[in-house]
Amino acid sequence: MSILFLILPLALLVVFIAVAGFIWAAKKGQFDDLDTPAMRALHDDPGDKKPGAPPKQDS
Amino acid sequence: MSDIRSTQGAPETAAAVCAHCALDVPPGLLDAGAERQFCCAGCRTAYAILHEHGLENYYAFDDRRDAPVRPTGKRYEEFDHEAFHALYVKPARGGLCTVDLYLEGVHCSSCVWLVERVPLLLKGVVRAELDIRRSRAHVEWDPATVTLGVIAHQLDLLGYPPHPFRGVGAEAMRRKEDRAMLMRIGISGALAGNIMLLALALYSGWFTGMEVEYERYFRLVSLLLTIPSLFGPGWLFFQGALASVRTRRLHIDLPIAIALSAGFGRGAVNTITGTGPIYFDAVGLLVFLLLSGRFLQNRGQRAAADAAELLGSLAPNAARVVDDGAAGGERNMPVEALLPGMVMAVRAGDTFAADGDIIEGRSAVDTSLLTGESRPEGVEVGARVFAGTVNLTGPLKVMVMQAGETSRLGALLRRMEESARRKAPVVQLANTIAGWFVGVVLVLAVVAYVYGLRHDPERALDNAIALLVVTCPCALGLATPLAITMGIGRAARRGILIKGGDAIESLNRPGLILLDKTGTVTEGRVRLVRWEGADAVKPMVAALERESNHPIAIAVQQAWPVLETLDATQVAQTVGGGIEGVVTGKRVVVGSPSFVAGRVAAELGVTPDPRIEAFAEEGLTPVWIAVDGVIVARAGFGDPLRADARASVDQLRALGWRVALLSGDHPAVVRATAQQLGIDLADAAGGASPEEKLRRVEEARTHGTVLMVGDGVNDAAAIAAATVGVGVHGGAEASMSAADVYLARAGLGPLVELVEGSRRTMLVIRNNIIFSIAYNTLGATLALLGILDPLIAAILMPMSSLSVVFASWRGRTFDVEPASPAAR
Repeated sequence: MSILFLILPLALLVVFIAVAGFIWAAKKGQFDDLDTPAMRALHDDPGDKKPGAPPKQDS
Repeated sequence: MSDIRSTQGAPETAAAVCAHCALDVPPGLLDAGAERQFCCAGCRTAYAILHEHGLENYYAFDDRRDAPVRPTGKRYEEFDHEAFHALYVKPARGGLCTVDLYLEGVHCSSCVWLVERVPLLLKGVVRAELDIRRSRAHVEWDPATVTLGVIAHQLDLLGYPPHPFRGVGAEAMRRKEDRAMLMRIGISGALAGNIMLLALALYSGWFTGMEVEYERYFRLVSLLLTIPSLFGPGWLFFQGALASVRTRRLHIDLPIAIALSAGFGRGAVNTITGTGPIYFDAVGLLVFLLLSGRFLQNRGQRAAADAAELLGSLAPNAARVVDDGAAGGERNMPVEALLPGMVMAVRAGDTFAADGDIIEGRSAVDTSLLTGESRPEGVEVGARVFAGTVNLTGPLKVMVMQAGETSRLGALLRRMEESARRKAPVVQLANTIAGWFVGVVLVLAVVAYVYGLRHDPERALDNAIALLVVTCPCALGLATPLAITMGIGRAARRGILIKGGDAIESLNRPGLILLDKTGTVTEGRVRLVRWEGADAVKPMVAALERESNHPIAIAVQQAWPVLETLDATQVAQTVGGGIEGVVTGKRVVVGSPSFVAGRVAAELGVTPDPRIEAFAEEGLTPVWIAVDGVIVARAGFGDPLRADARASVDQLRALGWRVALLSGDHPAVVRATAQQLGIDLADAAGGASPEEKLRRVEEARTHGTVLMVGDGVNDAAAIAAATVGVGVHGGAEASMSAADVYLARAGLGPLVELVEGSRRTMLVIRNNIIFSIAYNTLGATLALLGILDPLIAAILMPMSSLSVVFASWRGRTFDVEPASPAAR
């Protein structure tokens, strides 16, 4: 059972990584607008012309 | 894909429905030969734009907005001015520019779709992203290909008038706070989950036996996890408690902080000594749950603040100033630089940027923004015009008298802000209860300790601590925000947008309801209501009125759309009087009784007409018709009541509210409306200026709850000052931003639903509070008896929170028996 002394800190490390990921996402503004993306998801039906190749920017 | 139906077909099936906005086409605008019908020129333009660019998919949305497109006619040149760019435009990568614009009139997913397809409509626009909740579009474009003015104009044509977003600083701050709160919840949630896992192991070991070294180890790790939870995310409650003590205003944070520190302190000591219970699982969970409740509460208040920003964005941005020099050139100038004594050139369709006197030209002015009066007012040299009103027909030169903050609009907006700020925050029920809660719990804890010292000295302190922890008002802290958030969500689905929980709490105490008349109780449109005279006169009147776009003329066109066509010649309009001309060889005069009497008297001479009084008593605007110098017909124009107005007023009265009218319209008209609604004449105030409305609301507030319902900017200050301000469907955005509640459906039915739903929500809150107090009493009793071990406490506390969550979710609030079938 002494493996607990190793595995518990390891588990907490995983938790720490997850929390860090969440904080990163929150800081990037991923949760700022929770309403519009839900509406946007249904929009691109097949008949829809795609925009004339707008420069894809990841910001 | 339930909200998508087959694209074509809908416009054709019903001939009299506008192809763009699906509203009924006024009979006067029916074009029998055309394939598609439109209710107005705005819709026709918008349809043409969409059609030309292959965006007909827009018409596949079931929930697309059902409002006609009304372009403002503005040119948006100031959007290309360097001063504007310096203030609002930011450069982006690759030589692009970005700007944040407020869009009026965005409501639903079809608006998102349309706005985000602007890059398809205009070359050079790289990206348009809409945040629907904040009505804000983020636009990115290539300044070498297209200008911002063109983009703004295009948005305007589609029915979304853009305004520069002026609250960037405040917005950035709020966003930071929101993110900080989310991070707190994330951290405390992860910590609480892990502390509880450890606690589970400890409790298991408690029953089945556990080696001491592991027990000590688990306790120590729990302590290490609790410290960041309490001093990181949980620090918020200690700050709140400290502020509560300092300002001597009881707040629910105080008992929370007491419970948290008692549990943590005792747990830490017990961890080090290795004996006795630790309360870390309870502390960690409390922090997480309470933060979640707080977050829900804040989110509602954010929405209100966001909406208020809009108001500052509505004022015009630039003015065209005539130079003093001999050349007499004109140049654009930011509004902030306007000074008294300067001369503005105001073209037709422009908004006055400052208060001033007309020194050249004549025109008609739409003052609806300030006064709520929908009829244009004629102006000549020497007349005073006000910032925010719109010049309708002719170019004017205006000498600036008051600009910016000192203008009437500026003063009105300032008063609105002041009254919104002065408004005392509603003392929330939960905080009131927290007041005596603190006292009772502290006394009980002391009793438990003293009693324990006598009988069982070893467990005395633990009993007292257990009592403090188990009575932490967790369920109490969750009860209000949860029930209110659920209520707000359900109300929104029924077209009632509530910006803050305060409104719901306030509406629970019936008081006085002040209703604006035009556009709120009535439809806000002039209609022909009465006709006294021969039918043979009608075609002559129709022929004359076809030449005008005065609201009365439009009402005539709508009333008699299919009369035989006659031609009118020598047509002349007198602003504020009427219209005259020659039809089939006869001289026809149509206008106000005094105007017509003047024309008639010149030829015959008449005595004052008693019918004027009769019309006024019924709230009708009298229009007399004279043919060849003889008054042959009388027409009454009025603004008909909304269909559900009378029933709604009766229902509100049944709920215990006193209903009164407060209108800027003529007192006689207001009295007539009051009679139709069964409102006591003493409660029907007419002719009220915006300032007067504000004064009346503030006076009424000293007697109790005041619910102000209105639709115009003239109501905005009064709406902001009222205990609860309500903006109604179709109203100006400014009144909406001042309001606590916005009714997105037409009519007064939603108002009844609002009041009734708020009452039910408060009922759920009360039940929740009773529930959580019952749990606390149970816990406290067990602790007093000394039989509360940590395991029971650990079960009892989440149970109380869970039952509150369940009760809030199941509680029937805004979704009970719709008062009327959906407006659509």
